[in-house]
Amino acid sequence: MNDEPSNRRSFLKGAIAGSAVAVTGVLPGPALAQSTSASQNTVNPNPGYQFFNLEEQAFIEAVVNHMIPADDLSPKGTEIGVNIYIDHALANGWGKGERLYNHGPWKKGLPTQGYQSPLTPAELYRVSITKSNLACTERYGKWFDQISDGQRQEFLVALSSGKVDFKDGPSSKTFFDMLYQNVMEGMFSDPMYGGNQNKAGWRLIGFPGAISLHAQDVETYLNKKYTAPIFGIADLS
Amino acid sequence: MVTKLKQADVVIVGMGWTGGILAKELAEAGLKVVALERGDMRTAQNDYALPNIRDELRYVIRQELMQNASRDTLTARNNLSQEALPIRRLGSFLPGEGVGGSAIHWSGGTWRWTDMEFKIRSMYEERYGKKFIPADMTIQDWGITYAELEPYYDKFEAIAGVSGKAGNIKGSIQNGGNPFEGPRSRDYPLPPLKNILSSKLFEGAAKDLGYHPFPRPAANASKAYTNPDGSHFGACQYCGYCQRFGCEANAKGGPQMTVIPIAMSKPNFELRTQSWVTKVLKDASGKKATGVLYTNLVTGEEYEQPASIVLLCAFAFNNVHLMLLSGIGKPYDPVSGKGIIGKNYAYDTGVGSTLFFEGNSFNPFISAGGTNIVMDDFYGNWDFDRSGPGFVGGYIVSAGHNTALPIGYRPTPPGTPRWGKEWKAATAKWYQTSMAITTRSGVLPHRHNYYELDSTYKNAFGQPLMRLTFDYQENELKMGMHGAEIVNRISQHLNPTHLVKASSAKRSWNVVPYQSTHSTGGTIMGTSPANSAVNKYQQSWDCTNLFILGANVFPHNSAYQPTGLVGALAYWTADAIKNHYVKNPGLLA
Repeated sequence: MNDEPSNRRSFLKGAIAGSAVAVTGVLPGPALAQSTSASQNTVNPNPGYQFFNLEEQAFIEAVVNHMIPADDLSPKGTEIGVNIYIDHALANGWGKGERLYNHGPWKKGLPTQGYQSPLTPAELYRVSITKSNLACTERYGKWFDQISDGQRQEFLVALSSGKVDFKDGPSSKTFFDMLYQNVMEGMFSDPMYGGNQNKAGWRLIGFPGAISLHAQDVETYLNKKYTAPIFGIADLS
Repeated sequence: MVTKLKQADVVIVGMGWTGGILAKELAEAGLKVVALERGDMRTAQNDYALPNIRDELRYVIRQELMQNASRDTLTARNNLSQEALPIRRLGSFLPGEGVGGSAIHWSGGTWRWTDMEFKIRSMYEERYGKKFIPADMTIQDWGITYAELEPYYDKFEAIAGVSGKAGNIKGSIQNGGNPFEGPRSRDYPLPPLKNILSSKLFEGAAKDLGYHPFPRPAANASKAYTNPDGSHFGACQYCGYCQRFGCEANAKGGPQMTVIPIAMSKPNFELRTQSWVTKVLKDASGKKATGVLYTNLVTGEEYEQPASIVLLCAFAFNNVHLMLLSGIGKPYDPVSGKGIIGKNYAYDTGVGSTLFFEGNSFNPFISAGGTNIVMDDFYGNWDFDRSGPGFVGGYIVSAGHNTALPIGYRPTPPGTPRWGKEWKAATAKWYQTSMAITTRSGVLPHRHNYYELDSTYKNAFGQPLMRLTFDYQENELKMGMHGAEIVNRISQHLNPTHLVKASSAKRSWNVVPYQSTHSTGGTIMGTSPANSAVNKYQQSWDCTNLFILGANVFPHNSAYQPTGLVGALAYWTADAIKNHYVKNPGLLA
């Protein structure tokens, strides 16, 4: 497995793994204290989480590295910051329900009626990661970040088609649709939002980014590969 | 406590194209004009500036320039048997908010609707017989003509800086333009935009098959331009960030850089932003509007703005909402078919193919809002016989990239996984190699497609949301099937490496994916109060000092985009108010 959880996380998961129903419960005091001391000796490859707790960090890192594995075309998801992009999006206005009409009554609705959950995006992630780990524990005996690559694939496919039953929770497809969209945003949005580091997503496809003028390029690059440098907003600010 | 303000001659609700045009024209005529806009003042220099405007996440995905659904949205359902639920996040349509309205983020498509629209019922009945029109299709003649509007189309195209190629100047067909358009008094103010690869390929194939492709007319200035009012346009930079974005170059025509600054230079014009109108006020007789009630969003205080003339110039469905909230006119009842306000909601639809050409470099990021080639052989062409396919209306066909940015646009051939190494490899391989050929049809009105007030959900002001009941009908399916066949014929002629064919199937309208912001109807135009909310001057039959402008007055939708007609009707109404109504207030005839 190419994304071993840190010691800090292994310890915490050990501390709560004894009781599957306790995964969202408050951690006991000693565990928190020890996690603090353990973290001082750990190099976190993705510093700066604003929203995700440790269980959620492990989940999201496993998801983005499964969806965006390292190869000749790009580094893996965590190395291009897709997890950090999602964390920051959830910590900020969008995650807190900005521009979302959030008044009841809440009804399940039809697929043609769109998002009808009473949860903000941040709340949906929080509930759904817990439910996903519960479902993975039922199926595989372990949380999502601990299962094999093949099991991750099988589970994500099941999520994407809504075949995972988040008992007494949101539709797993609703969660997957948001997660997938956010992974793509983290790969292809401007690097200033935390993802697409080193413009890895843009390099993959040859997108030039925040270019200002293309009028001459219509003829210059007519059916020719565009080769000029790639700019992000920060490069031009 | 409502503070009553000093009487104005005119109060305008909303500052997009229609509000801006009326503001300038009526302020220049010497009237005291007050405009109320719920959003902010933004400018190219300060807000649509480089490099920050080049941000797909902020403007496309997070919808920064759009109406904020947390304050006001609609509820939606497909038919009368469903329970309407709020559109909690906007998707299918995206009305703009702020000075300039949706004209800040449009891509500039500007068409002239012809008598084929304005006389739709009589022309179809005459040619195909009364039975050809389905019983539930509530189309009607508008009571206005192309000849009346031609000078106003011309005016709007000149003001908005439309680039294009005429196809019919005073009855003489012009090579390279649309031979099916109405006769124009002169060519477009600016030559067409440059042709990109996807447009060139489509153009060649369409010509080979005997069709008549031409550059899509668009308010994207193909070169630097000064319009007849002296407003300056920069040349379009083909930056690839057009639809959903403001333009830093002022190359995309909009009221915020043309008519609104001119109005603002007049001492008798006042613009109040962050001002949300909640109601049109009436006198005791109910036959006269006395002004509007609004909330200052900065302080939360409520004001009454009295005025002799009230102009509703908000986004199409917000105008209808205000009419329903104000109790002006009789709300439409889909069961009995009686009542008018809310009637004949219509929208767009279409089908499309995706073509992949291994080895091509389409550079989809080098494009303008209007870098499309389009053909009108199955819409504006009245000679096209609809009796076989059996539909009213038709479709235009087009190709070309427009705002194809990577969060939203990464085509891969069918069968490609959605993530993982194979997905990455396919995304990298095919991103540059793809183009689409699509149709666009106007939805025809149906007796069950309509607006009313919702009985459950409320907006930030405690007012009922508007409820939209809408679905596609058999006529849309038929247009889609015919269109798919033509699209596939053109696509196959190009012999792509992979072709994902166009197809049409019975489906319901879905509020989630973006489709089009061309919502029409609700306060429709007609020949008498029995069949319409407004006359041909967009003047309310119920309150003659109330004018309701915009696509909400269209009794049906077209394959053509609406803004050219919205703009022409705004100038037409401005002239009617200035030259006739002011001298002799009352019903214009």
